[in-house]
Amino acid sequence: MVVDQLRDADVGRLFQALADATRRDIVRRVTAGESSVSGLAALYAMSFAAVQKHVAVLERASLVTKEKRGREQIVRGNHEGLEKARRLLDEYEAIWRQRAERIADILAEG
Amino acid sequence: MPVIGSTKNLEALSLTLVAEFDAVVERVWQIWEDPRQLERWWGPPNYPATFDRFDFQPGGRAGYYMTTPEGEKPRGWWKFRTIEAPRKLEFDDGFADETGAPVDAMGSAHAAVDLEDLGGRTRMTIMSTFDSEEQMEEMVKMGMEEGIKEAAGQIDAVLAEHARA
Repeated sequence: MVVDQLRDADVGRLFQALADATRRDIVRRVTAGESSVSGLAALYAMSFAAVQKHVAVLERASLVTKEKRGREQIVRGNHEGLEKARRLLDEYEAIWRQRAERIADILAEG
Repeated sequence: MPVIGSTKNLEALSLTLVAEFDAVVERVWQIWEDPRQLERWWGPPNYPATFDRFDFQPGGRAGYYMTTPEGEKPRGWWKFRTIEAPRKLEFDDGFADETGAPVDAMGSAHAAVDLEDLGGRTRMTIMSTFDSEEQMEEMVKMGMEEGIKEAAGQIDAVLAEHARA
């Protein structure tokens, strides 16, 4: 059952991870194309360690994957994690569609 | 087919829904302003909502409970932020304990409703923004009708209908 999957602790980490603007920006970038942690660090006015922490939060939330390549750490978007977030929004949209149908019924009464 | 479109912003955890109704703006406003009308559509038929507090003014609060098929009564609260009759309504929305007090740990969502006159018809735009995962998860649970799968099926049917129209 979908609801049980959504109760997964993973989902909690997912939404907390997306609550931060820098982390959302990192997700956007690495979903479009992989990047090294140092490459990301050059983009933001914060330390390498701070960016590394953001990446770690995203990794725990299964939104990105990190892989060592030589001396670099390569970050990539994790589509499955993003799909999970999308599913929650889809379900919420369904609720509002049903509400709109009920409103139309009430208005039709005059 | 009242719903004409929706936009999801995955990264900002928001959902915008646009619906059009065959009624004037003043009439559509009543379904928000009048708690007796509101409770006829807020909850699904097998999860009816009952508003037992409704202080419809900026800063005012509303309280409601849903009655589940098992007889449980999960509670929610609203806090009205902006009320500009008959066009604009904004409120925060969250979960409450059995006394009606907000459960802060659950976070809250924010809803912004805009009504636009289309010359006798009304376009209603609702933007919902969430600030936590549990909150959204609970909202989904409380608003659920015959189950998520059936709801998804309904949407498909509706979309198919729309595509044919």
